[in-house]
Amino acid sequence: MRMPIPDAGVIARRESIVARLRAVIGAGDVIDDPVEARAYECDALSAYRCPPLAVALPTTTEEVAAILRVCHEERVPVVPRGAGTSLAGGSMPTADAVVLGLARMNAVLEVDYGDRVIRVQAGRTNLSVSTFVDEAGFFYAPDPSSQLACAIGGNIGMNSGGAHCLKYGVTTNNLLGVTMVLMDGSIVELGGPMGEGPGLDLLGVVCGAEGQLGVVTEATLRILPKPAGARPVLIGFDSSETAGACVAAIIRAGVLPVAIEFMDRPCIVATENFARPGYPDCEALLIVEVEGTPSEIDEQLTLIRAIAEAFSPVEFRESKSEDESRRIWLGRKSAFGAMGQMGDYMCLDGTIPVSALPRVLRGIAEMSEAAGLPVANVFHAGDGNMHPLIIFDANRPGDLERVEALGADILRLCVEVGGCLTGEHGVGVEKRDLMTAQFTDADMEAQMRVKDVFDPQWLLNAAKVFPLEVSETRREARRNAA
Amino acid sequence: MRPETEAELAALIRAGRGPLSIIGGGTRLLPGEGQGTRLPTAALTGVTLYEPAALTLVARAGTPLAEIEALLASERQRLAFEPPPAPGSTIGGVIAANASGPRRVKDGAARDSLLGVRFVDGGGKIVSNGGRVMKNVTGYDLVKLMAGSRGTLGVLTEVSLKIQPIPPFSLTLALPELDAAAAVPALTAALTGPWDVTGAAWLPDLGALVRIEGLEGSVELRAETLTARLSAFGEVQSLKDDPWLLLRGNIPGSGAAPRSGSAIWRIACRPSQTAAILTMNPDATPLALDWGASLIFFSLAPNARPALPQGARALCLQGTHRGPLPPPDPVTRRLEDGLRERFDPRGIFAAPELTVA
Ligand SMILES: Cc1cc2nc3c(=O)[nH]c(=O)nc-3n(C[C@H](O)[C@H](O)[C@H](O)COP(=O)(O)OP(=O)(O)OC[C@H]3O[C@@H](n4cnc5c(N)ncnc54)[C@H](O)[C@@H]3O)c2cc1C
Ligand SMILES: Cc1cc2nc3c(=O)[nH]c(=O)nc-3n(C[C@H](O)[C@H](O)[C@H](O)COP(=O)(O)OP(=O)(O)OC[C@H]3O[C@@H](n4cnc5c(N)ncnc54)[C@H](O)[C@@H]3O)c2cc1C
Repeated sequence: MRMPIPDAGVIARRESIVARLRAVIGAGDVIDDPVEARAYECDALSAYRCPPLAVALPTTTEEVAAILRVCHEERVPVVPRGAGTSLAGGSMPTADAVVLGLARMNAVLEVDYGDRVIRVQAGRTNLSVSTFVDEAGFFYAPDPSSQLACAIGGNIGMNSGGAHCLKYGVTTNNLLGVTMVLMDGSIVELGGPMGEGPGLDLLGVVCGAEGQLGVVTEATLRILPKPAGARPVLIGFDSSETAGACVAAIIRAGVLPVAIEFMDRPCIVATENFARPGYPDCEALLIVEVEGTPSEIDEQLTLIRAIAEAFSPVEFRESKSEDESRRIWLGRKSAFGAMGQMGDYMCLDGTIPVSALPRVLRGIAEMSEAAGLPVANVFHAGDGNMHPLIIFDANRPGDLERVEALGADILRLCVEVGGCLTGEHGVGVEKRDLMTAQFTDADMEAQMRVKDVFDPQWLLNAAKVFPLEVSETRREARRNAA
Repeated sequence: MRPETEAELAALIRAGRGPLSIIGGGTRLLPGEGQGTRLPTAALTGVTLYEPAALTLVARAGTPLAEIEALLASERQRLAFEPPPAPGSTIGGVIAANASGPRRVKDGAARDSLLGVRFVDGGGKIVSNGGRVMKNVTGYDLVKLMAGSRGTLGVLTEVSLKIQPIPPFSLTLALPELDAAAAVPALTAALTGPWDVTGAAWLPDLGALVRIEGLEGSVELRAETLTARLSAFGEVQSLKDDPWLLLRGNIPGSGAAPRSGSAIWRIACRPSQTAAILTMNPDATPLALDWGASLIFFSLAPNARPALPQGARALCLQGTHRGPLPPPDPVTRRLEDGLRERFDPRGIFAAPELTVA
């Protein structure tokens, strides 16, 4: 992975920069010990790492502003970081960068059940937001699989989604406002009582900008009343195509489940060996979950059964108890762990129109065969967000390169059928160079103009998202100005 | 000027000296808009892709909203955000205004259903962002930025939208005795339980209104428990006629019937502020509450301005006042001006009134 050459001038001034940071937020909140800083050298894309110049751990918006003012004056690149669970290298630092870690900022600032909002500091973990409002009968809808660890600020950075976003949307649909600090240290409130403000929807463009426009310190989130209950069904099929066609038919029929998850045979076999959920012997299966009171659930499931029967399922298993529900989800929830048992894997994150599912599954199977690398599929089928897992042996020379090439081909296929390169994990450094497959120069230029306005010096997380050649002149301009 | 293709439009803009006023149906221009040379999108029409099983539709910006809604209805589908159906209004105008009806309280605004855009910026460059899939975090989300930008950053040429199946059943409960302030706690009660309410509003003649939609058995069951909950606030009736069209189309100033002599204001706030706002503005005549009382429409004397608590936002829909209240803070203004300068460096899209407070 190519990263820009670190700024030698910044590295040379390391001590004085650290001293200035200590002066604004207290000595204990700045880490410059190389051993301690190592904990911040990568995110969940651990193949790429680099220890940062220093790490700053503020506890208030004002402290964040003070840190950014120092870094701005010193022309030091800054990498905002939540919990570091990004799978795209979004919070990986460079050697000349200060990591701005928000994990200590985890307070709940306000909750109002009548208005259905909660305001939290950006370092608060996703799951703990739902836990906080649970007793009052509410929840926060976006539920990435990493929700136990990942932070609201990181969710906003990546516009994260989860299994239930088919019904409830992703972060951007549940975010009402943020307090954000710009690179020059100015503090701004974006959003409004209903989300966007009266002028331009700046909140909308900040969400998903991968920490490149500003550092979010506080967020106002929409919370929702919990549904009365939920129940999954498991439907097994004798081919992936049939399963894909059934997804389209369910959506077409107008029932809107909260989740439709898909697993193919390699994935079923792996999870069966790993967690023994007792899945049927079949080529592909769907887990469809619906919500409501028991009789509402029955009504929806009757309809889903009728639709599924047209596709001659191998099995239609309706959960009758909490325990059965748990077992149905068990395999899906342990799928990534199970794949880890089979070897190393690379997890892709492309999105396609649901109607293209059969074609893309066929294409992936052919490419996998040709490359001699097994691919397992487990994904959110309801919204077309695919996670093909390419299985390989990281110790075999040349395998990683072959995997990367196959991964790129699969993502290009996603774009070709009308989809996109990433549905939830983000571009980061991982998919930076593939951006040209989806965007023209003018498209990328338009996006970079937004960066120019929020962060004219290109100091915030600057080597991410755009291919390095494409952003080079802008990043160079900063260096020359310094 | 009547561009028929995106390329023609781009050439026109490159040659243009402005100021240009982008016009869809021209049905809902805000005070001060439409003063420049008119640039109509009326020839940029047509649905270019409709996949009912993928819940997506792509259309050129000048396509009449009515045409899109009729096409969707033929497949028992609809736009979730329930845009105001002013005759003549275009999908581009709806998106550029982020115009969203009652169902926003559950399914979000136009921006939440918008999956992708194509537009021509002020430099005549064609830009595409987003796509036609439900989830997409590839690059920055300019889709949201364009929604509600009222033609100040570029001319939308094509939009792709997430659509929604029409549920087989819909039912509206009304509490006709409640005045605006008294309706707020009833609407809040309806929205804080497991009923999946898809409309929560108040109209002067009909009182508080709560809508539920879904499969038949489920709607009946929810209606029963919801009625029990709402009885605490007054007499609950089940409405035969659909009142939601009134909220979508006929709010004075944002809808058909302008009231002469008064200004119409639209105020966004937290529902817990609504009663206080009504009290703070004793001379205002409430015209409607929507979105669970987080949106207030009222009329005021022509030169009066609404009093607002911290966090509430007001926009004059009909009258002489231009731009939002309170005006944007200096940092927000710097960002907004910066974006307008970058996307429209020659300042040909006439919209200074939006930044004039
Ligand atoms: C096992 C596993 C499962 C996952 N499942 C999902 C899933 O189902 N859905 C999904 O969407 N993602 C998933 N992810 C990816 C990841 O968890 C999400 O992207 C998450 O939102 C990242 O949050 P974080 O706090 O760890 O952010 P980080 O990794 O720390 O940062 C992510 C990005 O956001 C920026 N950022 C962080 N905090 C801020 C801030 N306060 N202000 C501005 N920018 C900031 C960073 O610079 C970086 O670009 C998964 C990851 C793992 C490891
Ligand atoms: C209940 C209700 C709620 C409403 N909510 C809102 C609201 O939340 N916000 C709001 O502003 N309006 C709202 N409206 C009014 C709304 O503006 C109109 O219903 C609709 O947008 C008019 O469409 P049109 O094609 O006639 O647009 P026009 O009246 O022609 O144009 C509207 C605006 O969009 C711009 N525009 C038009 N076409 C394009 C294009 N292709 N590319 C770029 N810009 C373009 C115009 O320059 C103008 O600024 C609401 C109305 C009602 C009844």
